[in-house]
Amino acid sequence: MQETSSQPTKIPSRVWIVILAAVALSLSAIMLASYIMNNPEVAGQEIAVYLLVLGAVGVIFSAYTLFQVRSRMLRTRIESPPITTSVECKACGFKNVREFQRGDYIFKEGEPCQKCKAKTLITAIYREVKDKEKDSFLS
Amino acid sequence: MNAVALMASLQNKIAQADPLGEYSWVLTVVFYVFFFAFMVYGQRIQMYVMIREVQGSLYRLKYIKDEGRKITIETIKEIGKPQTDPTARVDRFLEYFTISPQNMDPAGLVWKLEHILDVRDTRLKDEVKAMAPAADDTQANNLENTLEAEMALNYIYKVIRHFYLLGKKTLSLYVIMQIQMILPLIMREAEAYASALKAFAYGQPIGDGAGALVAAKLSFGYEKRKIDKDCVVATVPMEGRTAFIIKAEGPGGNVGKPGDAIKTVIDENEGKIANLIMIDAAMKLEGEPVGEVSEGIGAAIGGPGVDQFKIEESLLKYHIPVNAVIIKEDVGDAVSPMRKEIFDAADKAIERIKQVVLERTKEGDKIIIAGIGNSIGVGQ
Repeated sequence: MQETSSQPTKIPSRVWIVILAAVALSLSAIMLASYIMNNPEVAGQEIAVYLLVLGAVGVIFSAYTLFQVRSRMLRTRIESPPITTSVECKACGFKNVREFQRGDYIFKEGEPCQKCKAKTLITAIYREVKDKEKDSFLS
Repeated sequence: MNAVALMASLQNKIAQADPLGEYSWVLTVVFYVFFFAFMVYGQRIQMYVMIREVQGSLYRLKYIKDEGRKITIETIKEIGKPQTDPTARVDRFLEYFTISPQNMDPAGLVWKLEHILDVRDTRLKDEVKAMAPAADDTQANNLENTLEAEMALNYIYKVIRHFYLLGKKTLSLYVIMQIQMILPLIMREAEAYASALKAFAYGQPIGDGAGALVAAKLSFGYEKRKIDKDCVVATVPMEGRTAFIIKAEGPGGNVGKPGDAIKTVIDENEGKIANLIMIDAAMKLEGEPVGEVSEGIGAAIGGPGVDQFKIEESLLKYHIPVNAVIIKEDVGDAVSPMRKEIFDAADKAIERIKQVVLERTKEGDKIIIAGIGNSIGVGQ
């Protein structure tokens, strides 16, 4: 009998915090906007404008800090880039490019050719790196 | 204008602007607080910023080190099939150290260093065999390399932690500053080792194996024989010459002792070698492209220097010229899975070698071509 996993996906607590913060901020913004619209004299008060600007700056800083923490957490992971193995048939020249498997090495005899069933050879193992934008004037 | 006058002028300007009306005094107080706080505690604040930066990197280093340890133990369990849990043995292994020989009297230092390195190598191999009894020679070599990469990560972490704690304890700006300044380079190295660790665990070819790859491509299809120590040599006809192609035995993680191998081949041919061409991966400078091939003179080999010394001694004895072909890469590329640019550079290096052979030797000459580097993931 085949077993299937039906465990519900757990949402991490920090995602809940971000959702709650976003909802709270949205509600505050809606309430503030409706108050200003109902009391036009408030918009004319200089101190109210300053406090509003200060609040907005605070929100921007909080969001920036949140993204900083997130990017730091992402940086903590060890990246494992995809490694490519290239297998070539000695007889018909058929080339198969696949993901690296443990035990592969350059010049190892591989599995029989998909086309002619002759012996194949691992001719290349490498990783491809997408270069970030280069300073063309420095190269 | 002195500081007090400058302050008064700034205060006047702020008061004239009157940004908060009756609350403008709050801004003035805040301004004074910040001014005096930075004037008196500026250096201390700077130090705390540096400490936090080092602390952040230390957390990352700890994470990398712990992940590396986990991968190492899992690989040992998977490949080595040990009867008991290898964790304690791995932890003990990570604390191993090597004391370099005394150099007050430098005569004979190379042989003392070689002896110490041989003892270390034997000890590490024995430890790996005890940890992973089911591993074959190739797997044991890969495990040894994996453990060495983890040892390096463990050491880097401990050194940074030492300076971080010392800095916090002494509150000395200069203790913290010296580690904070070189931290980006150290982090690059640690990330390279983390990536190397995975490559070693899976037996993938690494950037440092560029020289070995060139030798493998040149000698593929020709008969090989084992040669001291952990190297193979193939006799290959090339452009009307006879080339002895030497590389470390693969596909396990192994650099061999090319110094001994080259000496043996030279002695076997009674010194009648027209040219030695060495191919190795070399550090590139920032701005240089990865996989660039360059040519020069000298024994292209890294490591502690024992093999370079032996090669130079042998060359001097018979006055054999030495040429070098290098494939450029940075420290991260050298120990992480081989990049496509480096793999492609092997063909360019072969072209360059053939050019050197045609230009620097005559038909019928005997030459040695030595591909230096770790043979992990590269067969022959």
